[in-house]
Formats: sequence, structure tokens, C-alpha cells
Amino acid sequence: MNIQELWSIFIMQGFAGISLFSVLLLMGLGLALIFGQMGVINMAHGEFMALGAYTTYLCSSLVQDHAPALLPVYFPIAIVLAFILSALLGALVEWGMIRHLYKRPLDTLLATWGLSLILQQTYRSIFGAREVTPTLPEWLMGSFKPTDSIDIPINGVFVLLLAGAVTAGLMVFMFKTAFGLRLRATVQNRLMSGAVGINTKMVDRMAFSIGCGIAGIAGAAFTTIGSTGPDSGSRYIVDAFLVVVFGGAANLLGSLASAFGIAQAQSILEFFLEGTKGKVATLLFIVVVLMFRPQGLFPSKVRS
Amino acid sequence: MKMKDASIMASPHKGNHPGSRLLLGLLTAVAGLTVSLHAEGPPTAQVNTTGLAVTDTTVTVGQLHSATGTMAISETGSIQAEQLAIDQINAAGGVLGRQIKVIKEDGASDWPTFAEKAKKLLVKDKVASVFGCWTSASRKAVLPVFEKENGMLYYPTFYEGLEQSKNVIYTGQEATQQIIAGLDWIAKEKKAKTFYLIGSDYIWPRTSNKIARKHIENVLKGTVVGEEYYALGHTQFGSLINKIKLKKPDVIYAIVVGGSNVSFYKQLKAAGITSDKQTLLTISVTEDEVLGIGGENLTGFYSAMKYFQSQDNPNNAAFVKAFKDKYGEKSVIGDVTQAGYLGPWLWKATVEKAGSFDVDKIAAASSGVEFKGAPEGYVRIHDTNHHLWSKLRIGQWGADGQAKVLYESGLIEPDPFPKGYQ
Repeated sequence: MNIQELWSIFIMQGFAGISLFSVLLLMGLGLALIFGQMGVINMAHGEFMALGAYTTYLCSSLVQDHAPALLPVYFPIAIVLAFILSALLGALVEWGMIRHLYKRPLDTLLATWGLSLILQQTYRSIFGAREVTPTLPEWLMGSFKPTDSIDIPINGVFVLLLAGAVTAGLMVFMFKTAFGLRLRATVQNRLMSGAVGINTKMVDRMAFSIGCGIAGIAGAAFTTIGSTGPDSGSRYIVDAFLVVVFGGAANLLGSLASAFGIAQAQSILEFFLEGTKGKVATLLFIVVVLMFRPQGLFPSKVRS
Repeated sequence: MKMKDASIMASPHKGNHPGSRLLLGLLTAVAGLTVSLHAEGPPTAQVNTTGLAVTDTTVTVGQLHSATGTMAISETGSIQAEQLAIDQINAAGGVLGRQIKVIKEDGASDWPTFAEKAKKLLVKDKVASVFGCWTSASRKAVLPVFEKENGMLYYPTFYEGLEQSKNVIYTGQEATQQIIAGLDWIAKEKKAKTFYLIGSDYIWPRTSNKIARKHIENVLKGTVVGEEYYALGHTQFGSLINKIKLKKPDVIYAIVVGGSNVSFYKQLKAAGITSDKQTLLTISVTEDEVLGIGGENLTGFYSAMKYFQSQDNPNNAAFVKAFKDKYGEKSVIGDVTQAGYLGPWLWKATVEKAGSFDVDKIAAASSGVEFKGAPEGYVRIHDTNHHLWSKLRIGQWGADGQAKVLYESGLIEPDPFPKGYQ
């Protein structure tokens, strides 16, 4: 083992941390938007991710059966479809359920949890209990080798770029568009926003469905990393909430910082301790930080 | 298949004096013989003295697996194989002239749920036997229930050993059968000296790796350069893969289960750890898992199992055909699926040997029961420990998701409490 090899491993380990960061970020973004901006705790967030993953799986099966020539290019289309389907379902859920419960935050918790169970069983009935994996285009697999001893997984790079694009898109959307302005105004003062002519109900629906759409993108991206089962969502949701709560609920920057912190802590601890102990140490670290900063890393400064 | 002489045969033996039980046993044996000659069952009162769900024409058994949750990817095959065996037994006249009815319960990959459902099957449904469980965690959860309610469980999975119960027949291999011969082979073939042990974080991988470590250190005189565990359902193996690259083991010894498998092998491949550069031996990947992982992510890696779908013998040809006819051309058969298939057949053979559905009598009669129709070739229940004599095979995975059998051991005696390995 020479210095150069150690250096390679250092670089790859750094990438492993960044890769985990991008995964956590994608998980948390949609939730942060819904939870942070609207105060709705969406327990079905994981199931929206699973919807995105299943959409990708469906696309892959369809392409494989009917147009194998399209296999190398279907994946980006599947991601867009995953966004659209999840966003549509999100809008439907907002219209049918969430909007009746805005004044009862604890009830939305229960209602969205019920929704998550319904969705899980729906996936189970349609796709079966077995976990599925879409056939991925060849260019997404394998590794990128800048030197002989460094292997950077291409799927990791892909998820990283996607997470970056989604985050940037969301930032631009929130801070540079008229809709983002209306959304932020509604969050700050709903009555006043209504009085100056903002259709707050429409703002709510858009925000919720975009949050769900981002979950769909996350789900589609995760098919490059793992498999999808009816209850995959319930595994994602823990990490997603961890990111949002640790970051400070109402703050996109907070989610960014918290995803980064958790990912680095976990991958470094996993490297120097071992799998399970690394996870335990990470969770302990989060608990301790939250004891001293109960509002998360970046608490929202709102005058009460 | 109604018994005409039920009352005649049952009535003289209601007394409780000491000789009656012996006499009953004798009579049962005779009745058992009659069954095979006339394909007609003995009277219910005689084959069922403990209030099991046995009628003149039917016997009810339970099936307890995870149809949902993270283990569903693995357990679905067992559910199907057990059902296939039961259908075949029914088509051939049933057990002691009785058609088998199945009550299916879903353990949902959740161990307390397994215990609860086991209790329901034994106490409420009074099933004559249960085919079920997959993970050791689920078996450990139901074991106290089976022992307290005196049920009979046919457990299909290869597992860590260190267990023996009157109420369980283990139709998969215990750890020493699966681990030792496999490690011996890889050490000899690959001149392997250093091993990296990886597992999902629960009892089977931990105990199996403990046995593997003892064998590597004490017998093979090799070194274990790393040993670690990841939670069930874990999907991020980046740090682990870097550690493997740092320590460069001769062999990665992997016991990752469930959905984590898919992430693990995909990420190994993405990180450039492939069979041309790295030897990997696993005892947790069967044809079932490969279906999810994708053969292209595993090509050239080895599995140590007692059964592979590609095995070439008449029993297996018939089994594979029947399985595909029932579940579709695309379905695959893994080690545990095959072991699941053994359960109902071994139970039938034992019941017929005992001439009774009573759990105590089955437990006693199990010794030496053979099944020559086994797709893996031949199995026999051990005389004392309720495990099976079986062979170990090493398969090398191909991109088509099937393994090529490279090595076959002799019949290995099950040894659930191996001396020097605990």
C-alpha cells in the first residue's frame, strides 16, 4: 500500500460522502418544501418517492418489451415522467385531503400516514411484493476512472448532478420567480397575502405538488442505487425527516447543510468504525446536536 | 375418502391403561400400511389424538412467510414451492387419505408479527404442521410459541445452527454444512489467505461469520482482515467498498440479505470490483436474489449452496418443469425454494411412517426419514438432531442469472452444535 493508493482511497471516500449527501438531499428537499413552507408533515413522502421509482421501472419494462433501441435514452424521460406523475398525485391529494386539514396539523400527520399505507398496499397489489429493479442504460453503470486506482461510480455522479440541478432549480423557483415570491409571502402572512390578491389556495396546491414531484425525481434517481419494493418508502422517510428536522424545518439552506453534515458524519464514521456502529454514532451525534439546538441547525426566525 | 370402519377401530382404545398406547401405536402402524395399500385414510380419532384440524377427508396445515416487506424478495419462492409440493401431494391422494388444506399467514418481515401469526395458526386454527419462516430472527421469534403450543415447523432456510428443537425440522443446511466445505474449496482453489467478512446485521450473518472466522483462523491458518455488518435494507456501501480496496482481501465473504443485496452488488460493480480482479464467495445469494440483483452485476462470483436450479438430475428436471408450469417460464428456483419444497414431502413421509398427525409422534418418527425424490438429489433426516444430511455445491454465476456447478461435496452430516466453532 503506497501513498498514491492511500490518496486514491481518500478521494473515493470523499466521493462516497458526497454521494450520500446528494442522496439525502434529494430525499429531504421535497419534504423540506412541504414541511418547511406549509407546515404539513407529509408522512406519505416516501411513497411518493416509491411512485417515482415504480414509474421508472414501468418505463424500463415498456421500453425493453417494445422498443429496446431506446434503452440508452429512456432514463431522463422516466425521471421527467416520475416528476409529473408524483406532482399530479400530490395535487390530487392536496385537493382531496390536505386542504381540509390545514388548520389541524396533527390530523394531517395521521391522514398522510393513512395515505402512505393505502399507497403501499396499492403498489403491492399492482407490482407484487418482490422488490424490482429497472434495467438501467449501460452508460449509467460502471465507473469513471481518472487514474488507474480511482473508480468513481457513474451512478453516484449522476445522482449528484441531479441533486444539484434540482436544488438549483428549486432555489431559482423560490427566490427568482413571481410564484416563489407569492409562496414566501403566503408562508409569512397568509391573511395579508390573500388581501393583496394572492390566490393562497392555488399557492398551497402548487407547493405541495412540487414537493411531491421532487420526491418522485428522488425515487427515480434511487433506482440506480437500490431496488424498489412496496415499502421502500417507509425506509426512505426516516432519513428524509432526519435531514429536515436536523436542518431546521423552514429552511432550504438548513436542509442542504444538514444533509451534508449527516452524510459526511456517516460515511467517515462507517469508514473508521464499521457499518452498524457508524450509524449508531451518527444518530447519537444528531441527538446531541438537537438537544442543544432543538430547532435544528438553521431555525427559522419568525416573530411570534 | 370416508372411513367405513372408523367407530370399530377407535372404540376399543379409549381406556387409559399403560398398554393401550403401545397397542394404539401398533394399530396405527397397521393402519398406515392399509393406507398405502388402499389409498384410504385411517379414522380421524386414531390419527389425531390432540385435537388438530384433521377431519375424515382433510388435514389443515399453515404457511407462515413474509409475503410483504423487505424479506418478500426472498420468501416468495418458498411460499410457491411449498404450495407446489402440497398440490402434488394432494393430486397423489393426500396424506393418510386426507387432502391438505393450507392457511396462509403473512409475517410481513416483522418478527413480532411472526410470533403472533404462529400463535394464531397453532391455537386458533389448530394446524397439523406449519411450513414457514425464512430469517433466523423470525424463527427465533416463533420458536417459543411452537415449543409451548407443541406445533411442528418445517423451516426451509440455510441458517447458523446452534439450535435444535423437537418442534422444528430444519430442511435447509445448518452453518457448518454450508460454510466449512465452501471455505475449504475457495482456500484450495484460489490459494486464499485473507478474508473480508460482510453481513447484514442480525443473527444468521453474525453467527455464520463467527464460524467462518474460527475456520479461517484455526483450520485454514488464514487471516480475517475485516468483519462488519449493515442494517437490513441498507443501501449505501461506498465506505465499505473503499475499505475493501484498502485492505485488498483475497476473498470477500458476503452474507448480505434482502433488498440490500441489490445495492451491494450494483455498487461493487460500479466501483470496479468485478470477478476478474476479486474473488467473492457468498452464502446468501440464490437464483431468487440474482433475479433482483441482475446476473450482469454478479458474473463470475461464487455461491455456496446445497442446490442450484441448473443441477442435472431427473428429480430436478421434473421439479423445475412443474414449477415453471405453475408459476411461469420466467420464474427461478433458489436453494431455499427447493428446501421449502422438501418440507411438505418430508412431513408426508413422516406422518405416514408414524401413522399419525400427532406432533409428538411425528417428532419421534422423523429420525432417518428419507426423501429420494428431492430435486437436490437425496436427503435424509438425521437420527437425532432434526437436520438433514445433504451435499454442498459451489456455483459460479453467469450473466443469465444461472449458476454453473463447479464442485459437489459428499453427503455432509448436520452438526448444529459444532465443537470448536462456538
